[in-house]
Amino acid sequence: MIQKETDVVIIGGGPAGLAAAVEANSAGCKVMIVERDDGLGGILQQCIHPGFGLHEFKEELAGPEYAQRYIDMLGKTKIEVMKGTMVLDMTPKKEIFAINENGVVKIAAKAIVLAMGCRERTRGAIKIPGFRPTGVYTAGTAQRFVNIEGFMPGTRYVILGSGDIGMIMARRLTWEGAKVEAVVEIMPYPSGLIRNKVQCLDDFGIPLYLSHTVVRVHGKDRVTGITIAKVDENWKMVPGTEIFFSCDTLLLSVGLIPENEVSKKAGVKLGKTNGPEVNQFLQTNVDGIFASGNVLQVHDLVDNVAIEAKKAGKMAALAVKGMKIPSVNAGDAVPLVAGNGIGYVLPTKINTIVDDALVKETGTVKISLRVKKPANDINLKVKNGSTEIYKKFYKHMRPSEMIIFELDPVVLNGIDKKLPLEVYIEPKEQKEVAKK
Amino acid sequence: MLYDFAIIGAGVTGAAISRELSKYKVNVVVIEKLSDIATETTKANSGIVHAGYDAPAGSWKAKMNVKSNPLFDQVCNDLYIPFKRIGSFVVALAGQGTGYIEELYQNGVERGIPVEIIKDLAAIKKLEPNISNETEAVLHAPTAGVISPFLLAIAMAESANINGVEFHFNSPVQNIENMGKFFIVDTPSRSFQAKAIVNAAGLYADEVSKMAGDETFKITPRKGEYLLLDKMGDFVRKVLFPVPTKKSKGILVSPTIDGNIFLGPNARDQDSKLDTSTTLSGLDEVIEGGRKLIPNVPLGDSITNFAGLRAVSDTNDFIIGESTKVPRLFQAAGIQSPGLSSCLGIADELVDIIKASPNLSGTEIKLKENFHASREKPVIFHDLSWSERDALIKQDKTFGHIICRCETVTEGEIVQAIKRPIGARTVDGVKFRTRVGMGRCQGGFCTPRVIKLLARELNVDEEEIVKREPSTRYFFGETKDFRKENAPIMNGRPIQQ
Repeated sequence: MIQKETDVVIIGGGPAGLAAAVEANSAGCKVMIVERDDGLGGILQQCIHPGFGLHEFKEELAGPEYAQRYIDMLGKTKIEVMKGTMVLDMTPKKEIFAINENGVVKIAAKAIVLAMGCRERTRGAIKIPGFRPTGVYTAGTAQRFVNIEGFMPGTRYVILGSGDIGMIMARRLTWEGAKVEAVVEIMPYPSGLIRNKVQCLDDFGIPLYLSHTVVRVHGKDRVTGITIAKVDENWKMVPGTEIFFSCDTLLLSVGLIPENEVSKKAGVKLGKTNGPEVNQFLQTNVDGIFASGNVLQVHDLVDNVAIEAKKAGKMAALAVKGMKIPSVNAGDAVPLVAGNGIGYVLPTKINTIVDDALVKETGTVKISLRVKKPANDINLKVKNGSTEIYKKFYKHMRPSEMIIFELDPVVLNGIDKKLPLEVYIEPKEQKEVAKK
Repeated sequence: MLYDFAIIGAGVTGAAISRELSKYKVNVVVIEKLSDIATETTKANSGIVHAGYDAPAGSWKAKMNVKSNPLFDQVCNDLYIPFKRIGSFVVALAGQGTGYIEELYQNGVERGIPVEIIKDLAAIKKLEPNISNETEAVLHAPTAGVISPFLLAIAMAESANINGVEFHFNSPVQNIENMGKFFIVDTPSRSFQAKAIVNAAGLYADEVSKMAGDETFKITPRKGEYLLLDKMGDFVRKVLFPVPTKKSKGILVSPTIDGNIFLGPNARDQDSKLDTSTTLSGLDEVIEGGRKLIPNVPLGDSITNFAGLRAVSDTNDFIIGESTKVPRLFQAAGIQSPGLSSCLGIADELVDIIKASPNLSGTEIKLKENFHASREKPVIFHDLSWSERDALIKQDKTFGHIICRCETVTEGEIVQAIKRPIGARTVDGVKFRTRVGMGRCQGGFCTPRVIKLLARELNVDEEEIVKREPSTRYFFGETKDFRKENAPIMNGRPIQQ
């Protein structure tokens, strides 16, 4: 068994892991990335479409180009990268057990950043009945077949779910010469970004069926067709609304699930996002274990992943340097709860007693959330009991876009620590809107 | 070549009989319609070894189940098949009365099966913490167990193969000619001559029997739908059966041998022997039934749903023995529940019948001196300790490469599954031997990688690799060729490339 020791171990060498590593390194720590694949970049390597890095690099990059920017930064550092190495176990004492072609590797870390990303929700998770033929793939698997392996997984497609990967694959497959018969979405609005609906569906004349879902997969050996139907508000099928499409492939873009099997082994507690519960320092309930990127919450843009991961990398480095990072479990941690209209909100808790030195390092408290459904002309508010401590107007809010806002730590000083902080939205009064 | 025996069907029954016959100095061939062992009824059932108190007294089902249950330990030990006697509960809920479980208790006592009735809810909850609070009493049968039906069938077939039994796949029997002293069994690729036929053709046993000249029974497919949940420790510990109601024979909740939880099956007779599709109403029925036993069963952790077809004979019992119409046609038909539990007993019984048959007096059926009871132990990386893993990887670095991250399956195990006797040739073949793709991501991550490994080991193009049958290909050519022939359209006009 190979034994190693380091300051900060980053589990996962995708966009979150790369950004966290670069940041922890520049804070002066010995850093190691453990990556299961043979190369760095994670899922970005198969995302050959443009649209990455607009905020961060002020350029429109393809996924592999974006990843390469970080890989180049990494090349100039002493960060140790263990590729082809899969973490199988992790303890609360921050010992990591992994395997690679040389054997078992045991790594003792002073701090850990979880950056394992997420996986796709499958057919089984959403209970689609019918046969089990070949030709039913998650959009990401199909993306790998086409963009990495160079094979066509089908010729005529129905895509369930209007998530970003699904819509991007609709365009990619059309571009490759295949026919996408329909994109089907159970919600009454597209679940991916509007720009993807315009650029990937509308430009190619691909119909989007909202409030519809797949009710049957046909074909015992290979998909021969898909029946979709309209659903009511409770997602129950409306009889008599079935539409049949003859096709050979069904792609699923029905959501992503943070991949936390390893986190759970160290006793990391998971919350509403299926990611770890964290405080504003991205520290989990296990001191010294931090989380960022899609393992924490599914992000809309890689740029937001990088911002969050840099913070986690920095916090891990500060912890190694001996700065006390408050615990999620501490008495001063006030829960942040999702109120009216909010799907989820992070961090799970906000520590209210924080050293000035740490405040100086971290600045404002960043809060991220998603709304449950699209809304226009609304106020986003935070209240503590009946006291409103934050308010911001938004012209549009959509579930496909992560909302990130900042709280000044000063406002936290005066709050009632026995009561949670509730984040919610409410319609702005018409008069007020008119004035704007 | 004239075989002594042609076994038709490589499900768990055919595999068990083939292994039993391989103990003797006889030539045996197994002829299978589909691409692998255990590809039909055997691959989609509950994976339970029943204790044996359930079937009506005097039936083949009861006799074979009781005979078979104790035989599992030895076979599983010899062939390295995971098997756990986790015990079962028949759960009588409030208002259902205890009459039914008392009847079963009597059956158990009469058949020499260990059974007990537990009426104290606290005692029941100690054994099964998440069971319904409505539970009034349970019949506990500690000898019931869970097993992987496909690993069992594959291991027995492999053992038979090591001991000289031939296997032919993708060989649907199209015609059987009775030549008096032997039969000719035609398949699309070749014909087989055999002195005797063992009919273990599952759903198609009636058709095979008819081809051989015996039309005395009919098989009706009875669909059972299942919902499979992710692994969740010991959330459910025992096989839980309900008391049957007028509406339904009852939906079970049980752990699988691998620690997943399943709900099902329902029971719906149908005409089609091909329709293994699941239905919305069926899955709802399964969920409703399962919740009665474990009200807080975490349905959000569902990872897949599937359906299997039981081969139900018109006597509603197993049909075992030499055909009354056609000498040397031996039937192992109508093998529905408890068929898996009974397979070892059926193999044993049928071989005794074969040995005693006056119609086979010309064939000497003598035990081999050199029967190999065991087989090479398959590596299951997931179950090894850290030091064992380390040593294994140092010996062979392909064990240091995880292909299926949900189930922790390594490249080494996949190569092993392909290279073993009757090795995997398809993605499902690898899956059923190694658990690749059976986890929570359902092959999303590993399928492209398994296809690559199969292509490499079998020395064929990736495009040739299939999921199951030849009609289950993955790819429609390479992207660069496809694009040339199919100009894409944007805003109504072809895109110039």
